[in-house]
Amino acid sequence: MAEAGAVFLKDLQQELRNRYALNAMALFAITTLVVVGFAVGSQALPASVVAALLWVVLLFTAVASLSRVFLREEETGTALALRLAVEPEHVYLGKLLFNVVLLGAMALVVAPLFLAVMQARVGNPGLLALVLLLGCIGLAAASTIVAAIIARAAARGALFGGLAFPLLLPVLIAATGGTTRALEGAPLGAAWAELRLLLSFGVVMITASLLLFEHVWNE
Amino acid sequence: MERIGLSTGWRIVCGAWMAGVIAAAFIGVGPAAGFREPEAARILFFHVPVAWLAVLGFLGATFHAVRYLRRRNPAADIRAVASAEMGFLFCVLATLSGALFARVQWGAAWNWDPRQTSIVALLLVYAAYFTLRSAVAEPERRAALSAVYAIVATLPMLFLVFILPRVVESLHPADTVRSGGMSPDYRVVFFAALGAFTLLYLWIYRLRVAVGELERVACRHSMK
Repeated sequence: MAEAGAVFLKDLQQELRNRYALNAMALFAITTLVVVGFAVGSQALPASVVAALLWVVLLFTAVASLSRVFLREEETGTALALRLAVEPEHVYLGKLLFNVVLLGAMALVVAPLFLAVMQARVGNPGLLALVLLLGCIGLAAASTIVAAIIARAAARGALFGGLAFPLLLPVLIAATGGTTRALEGAPLGAAWAELRLLLSFGVVMITASLLLFEHVWNE
Repeated sequence: MERIGLSTGWRIVCGAWMAGVIAAAFIGVGPAAGFREPEAARILFFHVPVAWLAVLGFLGATFHAVRYLRRRNPAADIRAVASAEMGFLFCVLATLSGALFARVQWGAAWNWDPRQTSIVALLLVYAAYFTLRSAVAEPERRAALSAVYAIVATLPMLFLVFILPRVVESLHPADTVRSGGMSPDYRVVFFAALGAFTLLYLWIYRLRVAVGELERVACRHSMK
């Protein structure tokens, strides 16, 4: 676990040094927000539409930088050193943690901003926070293994979205449902099905990735 | 020369059986009550087996992907692609026959019913698999990366096929076969149709595997 932590800290330091992912994410988030805000105008939208738009914004923002974790290693030629120094499982866990933190930080900024722009009322903020957290873990879990795959393929940039989006559909469907409930102010129990789905998706995806990562990483 | 696909005897069985099923579906059984257009109930004999076999194809892709990663045997990779392609083909057939039925039964060929949404998402997942394969030139790396993707894709696949349509409210009938919602004569024709389509599936699958193996040999010769 200490090794995974070291990989995470290395990525974090690197990120804070050049802020590539953060800048790209912020730019993407604001552009998408402006576009959505412009298209919607000042209409009051039903909760389900606001929820769907929120997750579209989050997804677009995530796509801008989640694939960076492995691409950077390939581009700077440091993948080999990392391969020698750390066990594959720890590399994966470190990268996953980095993506979860990155995505979580982004959601922390984008979601309130988006809800303010939409002038949406949040009925159950606690539930919303929980759905956002589990949704971000699900997004990061599937994106990290796809990022590892495309780092070893050609035409990487275009591939990431194409490969990741279909895999993320279950997360998006459950998260949109959960967010709708949260905006409507439903109690925690009403979103139980969605929460369970998000949690199980995250757990299964991370377990499968841990088992499979070695085959991608050492290929 | 090795026999490719099915042997002549099995080909005749497959053709005759399929012809029998088609005849039975349109002549042997009558229209069923409970449909907006009772004649449309016959789609069951074609739509449902094709959809089941699509899932079989996708599960086969997962199975052979696991086999490939364990042994690194190129034959497993060829079978994984062949299975995924079979799943994709049968999934397209299920989508089209479903849309046909939706137009008769629900009044619109496409209305974003959870089943329809999930089948399109399923097509996207495996289209991404083929895209990934085309993006990696080196055969061994292509096989390993796409095997990992096929295994990872199994989770969304199972979710889309088995969970989503049952969680979200759907117009699509569910569990008709298992819960015994069919009359006895429909049951017989249905399982006969399932057998016929399975045989057809095996035939195309084995042809596809043979093509894959020939391609591999050709590829090796051109490298020399």
